[in-house]
Amino acid sequence: MSVLVFVLAAAAGGAGAAARYAVDIGIARLAGRRFPWGVFLINLTGSFLLGLVTATLPDAGFVIGTGFLGGYTTFSTAMIDAVALWRDGERPASFFSCAGMLILGILAAVAGLTLGAAL
Amino acid sequence: MTPLRILLVAAGGMLGTAARMTLGLLLPTGEWSVLIANVTGALLLGVLTARVNAAHLRLLLGTGLLGGFTTYSALAVGTVTLWHEEPLLAVAYAAGSVVLGLGAAVLGLWLGSPRKARA
Repeated sequence: MSVLVFVLAAAAGGAGAAARYAVDIGIARLAGRRFPWGVFLINLTGSFLLGLVTATLPDAGFVIGTGFLGGYTTFSTAMIDAVALWRDGERPASFFSCAGMLILGILAAVAGLTLGAAL
Repeated sequence: MTPLRILLVAAGGMLGTAARMTLGLLLPTGEWSVLIANVTGALLLGVLTARVNAAHLRLLLGTGLLGGFTTYSALAVGTVTLWHEEPLLAVAYAAGSVVLGLGAAVLGLWLGSPRKARA
């Protein structure tokens, strides 16, 4: 990896994180903060888009895929949110936020990869 | 969502993405580097969530740095890629990521909480 690609991908990761912050606030305004729908939908759309980018731009996709979409989606917040829901007694919601996100995220990746391969 | 807040998240996300990519360069497979980044990121976000109250620091280090360091899209697409080679390993990778991530988040929240509050 060249230094330029590394720097571009890092900057794209910063833009992805800022996009996540804005989208999360927007979704919380619509859906409330009882369930972390923001990170849930961000991770599903990001997984779909990474599948699409991986299938259509195998090499040039690094800046968008590993950079932007890597920074856009997040794992750490999803885990902390699941623990917080569990401790609040929201156990089905906690379980859905982990297992549902994982299964739907993988299916979204399959959908992105399949669509990308068909293009 | 002020310009300063967006800038803090973007700066943190850029550093977190750079750290994740550096880990990717040091380790032989992408799946391992994503797993290690995700689990350590969940641990550190637990410590931060329990320990740091300053909003700007949480945006820089939590939403930005650790949000960008950890990733969900690469976990989802990596699982699908592994599935085509070794289905059992893919299931272990996906489920293991979430189980270890939840454990790391709980441990981090415990480590970060004030000594008196630890039960």
